[in-house]
Amino acid sequence: MTKQRPRLSLRTGPVGTRILGFGSSTGNRVVTNHDLTKRLDTSDEWIRERVGIVSRKLADPDQSLVTMAIEAGSKAIADAGLSPTDVDAVVFATCTMPGPIPNAAAQTADAIGIRAGAAFDLNAACAGFSYALNTASDLVRGGSARRVLVIGAERFTDWVDWDDRANAIIFADGAGAAVVGPADEPMIGPVSWGSAGDLAHLIYLREGRYIFQEGQSVFRWATTQVAPVAERAVEAAGIQLSDIDALIPHQANARIVDAIAKRLRSKGAREDMVVAKDIQHTGNTSAASIPIAIDHMRSAGELSKGDVMLLVGFGAGLSYASQVVVCP
Amino acid sequence: MANEDIQKGLVDILVEVAGVEADDVDLDKSFVDDLDVDSLSMVEVAVQAEDKFGVKIPDDELANLKTVGDAVNYIASNA
Repeated sequence: MTKQRPRLSLRTGPVGTRILGFGSSTGNRVVTNHDLTKRLDTSDEWIRERVGIVSRKLADPDQSLVTMAIEAGSKAIADAGLSPTDVDAVVFATCTMPGPIPNAAAQTADAIGIRAGAAFDLNAACAGFSYALNTASDLVRGGSARRVLVIGAERFTDWVDWDDRANAIIFADGAGAAVVGPADEPMIGPVSWGSAGDLAHLIYLREGRYIFQEGQSVFRWATTQVAPVAERAVEAAGIQLSDIDALIPHQANARIVDAIAKRLRSKGAREDMVVAKDIQHTGNTSAASIPIAIDHMRSAGELSKGDVMLLVGFGAGLSYASQVVVCP
Repeated sequence: MANEDIQKGLVDILVEVAGVEADDVDLDKSFVDDLDVDSLSMVEVAVQAEDKFGVKIPDDELANLKTVGDAVNYIASNA
């Protein structure tokens, strides 16, 4: 006689998800290009032309990756009009923790006051926020969580060779966060994502400890291969490029941002589409750059509730991810 | 394609992508030292040239193309 197997039940989730609030925190130290010339053979003009950075924010010694994440996450929960106990999961995108154990997510959740929430780290480098946002949206849609705190946080200060003028001028420290919750209609679109592991050697840790990029090859990939990923996200959301009010690419390099915007405009994006250039005064904060840019742009009045934003992250792995999101 | 046509097409790309003055371009001019085309703009020039001339210009080849003449010769023999 065969044993009667009990039937398992599943949770179900809402039809759509949305972002309820944003928050950010950056390094306390403003480091100008001129400051860097004291140590490096470079110039303000050279840095502005190559990467479009005027100054960057670096962490003070007492600002850890987790303390910046706690601040950004707490602000995002407040911006959403929620309290920490309303959040039941934390998805934490980072690639610059001091070590792999313990993870960043659990201690951040605890410090914010999220009680025994599911909490895990995710490494997709500079594409991390878009990866984590999609993961969070699917957790909510699948019924595994009701409200998810998504954090992108990096402390590159610990992983930069400050005598390497090609990379020391680019990277910075900070955290950005968003709260994802249920919605009656989709306000976070389907993800367009993927990886190119055959190009893993283009961005790596030299001597296991210093961030290094093959500059020209990464630039070529980012300026030619990333815009089509964003185009696919727009297509998947069932809208047109002309519907996009704001383009928020990972803040890798202002010239890469310009190239992506130019390509999307040639395909139908509007000339008056707002394009994030937060890199100018924040620097490249990898997984944190997209939510930091959005938070700063909302505060500055450059983004309004209801704006249709196109997010696209790309970086080491190589990894990439893009989605359309309605601004809260 | 004749070398003169390649040079003419390359000038158009340099003007559009790197803001170079068309009259400044000669075969013996160095991209970096004479025309002020930096390493990232060189990548953009290469990408455009690949489309225009149907040629592959990998990054390691790009490093060898010091002058406008180097690029014209490379394109002529690889297109």
